Amino acid sequence: MTTSAPPLSKVSEAERAARKPLIELENIQKYYGDYHALRGITATIRQGEFFSLLGPSGCGKTTLLRTIAGFEDVSSGVLRIDGRSMDGVPANRRPTNMVFQSYAIFPHLTVEQNVGFGLRRDPRSRADKDRAVQEALEMVGLKGYGKRAAHAMSGGQRQRVALARALILKPKVLLLDEPLSALDKKMREQMQVELIKLQRQVGITFILVTHDQEEALVMSDRIAVMFEGQIAQLDDPETLYRLPRSRQVADFIGTMNFLPATIATTTVDGFDVEVAGLGNCHIAARQSPGAATGEVSVGFRPETLTLLYEGQTATDRESPGVIEEVVYYGDMTYYDVRLDGVAAPVRLSMRNVFGRPVLDRGTRTRVAWSPGALVLFR
Amino acid sequence: MNSEGVLHRIRRSEAANGLALISPPAIYAVLLLAAPLGLLFVYSFLTDGYLTILWEFTPQNYIDAWTDPLVRTVMLRSLWVAMLVTMVTVALAFPVAYFVSFHVKPSRKSMWLFLITIPFWTSYLIRVFLWKVILGFNGVVNSGLIGLGIIDEPLTFILYNVNSVVITLAHAYAPFAILPIFVALEKIDRSLLEAGQDLGESRMMTFWRVTLPLAMPGVIASVLIVFIPTIGDYVTPQLLGGPEGRMVANLIQLQYLRLDNYPAGSAIAISAMLMVTAISLVFLFLNRRFLRGPK
Amino acid sequence: MTGGRLFKIYAIAYLVFLYAPIMLLPIFAFNDGTIISFPLQGFTTKWFEAMFGNATLHKAVKNSLIIASSSAVLATCLGIFTARAVTRYNFPAKGGIVGLVMLPLVLPEIIVAVSLFGVLLGLGIPLSIWTVILGHVLICTPYTVAILNSAFQSLDRSLEEAAYDLGESRWSTFRLIILPLVAPGIVSSLLISFTISLDEFIIAFFLAGTEPTLPVYIFSQFRFPQAVPVIMALGTLLVLLSIVLLAVAEYFRRRGIAKSGGKDTGGFL
Repeated sequence: MTTSAPPLSKVSEAERAARKPLIELENIQKYYGDYHALRGITATIRQGEFFSLLGPSGCGKTTLLRTIAGFEDVSSGVLRIDGRSMDGVPANRRPTNMVFQSYAIFPHLTVEQNVGFGLRRDPRSRADKDRAVQEALEMVGLKGYGKRAAHAMSGGQRQRVALARALILKPKVLLLDEPLSALDKKMREQMQVELIKLQRQVGITFILVTHDQEEALVMSDRIAVMFEGQIAQLDDPETLYRLPRSRQVADFIGTMNFLPATIATTTVDGFDVEVAGLGNCHIAARQSPGAATGEVSVGFRPETLTLLYEGQTATDRESPGVIEEVVYYGDMTYYDVRLDGVAAPVRLSMRNVFGRPVLDRGTRTRVAWSPGALVLFR
Repeated sequence: MNSEGVLHRIRRSEAANGLALISPPAIYAVLLLAAPLGLLFVYSFLTDGYLTILWEFTPQNYIDAWTDPLVRTVMLRSLWVAMLVTMVTVALAFPVAYFVSFHVKPSRKSMWLFLITIPFWTSYLIRVFLWKVILGFNGVVNSGLIGLGIIDEPLTFILYNVNSVVITLAHAYAPFAILPIFVALEKIDRSLLEAGQDLGESRMMTFWRVTLPLAMPGVIASVLIVFIPTIGDYVTPQLLGGPEGRMVANLIQLQYLRLDNYPAGSAIAISAMLMVTAISLVFLFLNRRFLRGPK
Repeated sequence: MTGGRLFKIYAIAYLVFLYAPIMLLPIFAFNDGTIISFPLQGFTTKWFEAMFGNATLHKAVKNSLIIASSSAVLATCLGIFTARAVTRYNFPAKGGIVGLVMLPLVLPEIIVAVSLFGVLLGLGIPLSIWTVILGHVLICTPYTVAILNSAFQSLDRSLEEAAYDLGESRWSTFRLIILPLVAPGIVSSLLISFTISLDEFIIAFFLAGTEPTLPVYIFSQFRFPQAVPVIMALGTLLVLLSIVLLAVAEYFRRRGIAKSGGKDTGGFL
């Protein structure tokens, strides 16, 4: 993680727990012929939450989103929205609206006609509807664009039209299918912040599908990480990053170093572990989210290690090694350090500070670390 | 799961939706194409009883059709003419398709295609007749040549024989031959040709080793799209063929509308269809072999 | 580049070959002589006058117009069903069904004509312009499917999902979103099938009975040399009509592609 945006939408633990469940998924299964796309999804998404489905392509995240929207039938399992079973309720009767990956802006209509499309059956007067359209356009920052032809809009503008078009119907849930993937990096970062602000403003539950872990971490209250049709872990971003439950999740989110380790003894509050290159240490039970015995591995993030310069001493523990590779990023430098007694190097990241030199390849060095930052994996 | 849920799912299932949607054209095609072709097949085994058809099954119609020297001559002539027309048409069409695909600016390609297509859609009957006018005894060619003093007597070998049929059909189906070749040429990734030359081949050899093989599916499509309607053409041999230029369609028409011998007509029609199918399959097979590449 | 120039000369010569016979039409349509040969005899419009005064011809034109417009509408409807089903759904026997619908494209027309003729006679259905329509719908449908397939194919599937998601029913989604977006394709399909039907001879020849269509009438006139100049005049008008229809069809086809943001792949076929 090179950037750390402010946690715009983070809410306190107490506040979150107080919110009532809005979407309940109970053992959702989905087959396409022989292909098992969703393998028993159980989760609860709460009112007003910014929820992300994160995973590699083909993990079933989009299928799950389309199941909630009503575009796909579930093979078995129960889907409830606001306490009501959605079995047999078609997409056009569900309290959900969707922002499509391609935005699906109707090319033959103007921006206004697109935004007001869902109001056709609305009993309100024409003037009221027009006002609602203008408000929606203003909300997404497209005031004055109403008369434009939709196909003449840029990618970012189309995205806003799609948002306004969905939000004008005041759905209970807004579903976003990789909405930022078609935008360039700068535009994407800008839209991330805008989406968070918009979500807080309207208070509607957002469910975002993304394969970009950074995007999920920045935007979400909670993230469900999916692999092969199953939820591997469902947690808030910080827990997900600090205490991934499996090596697979750890690998998918950020960078994680792994070192082979052996559990020497299991104590009341954790494990005494012999870690290659680091030596003996005690790892607390809460740092082992998946229970483990015997041959295990120990993981740690690059930023939890510090390179010790001449004359510095570690506050906790330190281990010797050799710098094998140096990757300079401007604000950061990544070092690949081969710890003594370990075949594969570990990566650590150092913030570049004025007056502190970047070290060269081949330098003998010492690495400071703390057992509190280690995570134990099966 | 209750039965209502099952019904609901079936009604919403993709297969059911698709079948429901395609059923009108499918039913139409079954009733007005598949069934009539089936009946044609049945007719071909019945016995002609002068103005009535006797429900006596016999292979006699086929035996007649394949042994009668007249019928056999006409069949072979149809085959020969269609193959000749196909060869001439495709050979003449290829350079045009190549030109439009490789040498015309992308913005002007549509215009060229449009120009090529127009004659195809303009009254086929009149176009055929115009060739009669052009090639006739007092026609444009003869009167022109006599007027220029090149010949004294009108040329007679250009009308009412196989030559005139071939010329006219080659003209009539020309656009049909160009379009599939053009489409195949358009699909060729231009960097492949650059790669061919980069790897040391000359322009000619690049054409021979890269362009032509990749254009082959289009050529095969052209061959079929010209060959099939040509072999069954009625108007051209009728108007320009004379007695020695008659083709299979004229024979079928004769059996059906003049002699009222449906079984015999049907047997000839089915035979012609089998011939077309067999040759089409050979070409499709060649195409598949070609696509798989030389061993 | 000399190679390019050679190709260009050849292509232009080829176009001349394609257009040469048609170019003769107006020349002899206005030529004051019954025999179609050079040198020309002088200018006249009497063949056009004779054409406009011909009652049998009027009847044939009327028949042809009824047949062509009915066939165009019916074939386009069947084409819409087929193209929509093909581009949107997977269903059993898809290839076989579509193959049957497209079969007339690779079947000599005489076979279609003869087989329909046999069935109608077998069932005792009298031949009329309606029986011609049955046949023409059959041979026009493959063309409409080809045109409409590309129109439906360029539709983004999520457009209809979006409309459905915004509360529209399946039918209103079709009406509000799909139909407007494929409308240019529908127009060009109507025009092409109209042109095909108007020009078709052999099926009409077998199935028209005592109601001649325009091509059947023209064919019957070829036997009379004195009638030929009138046919030349008629042909001139027909060619003009075809060009106008095709130009309009091409315009709509291109507009449809532009509208859905697709890429022009050229040509109708």
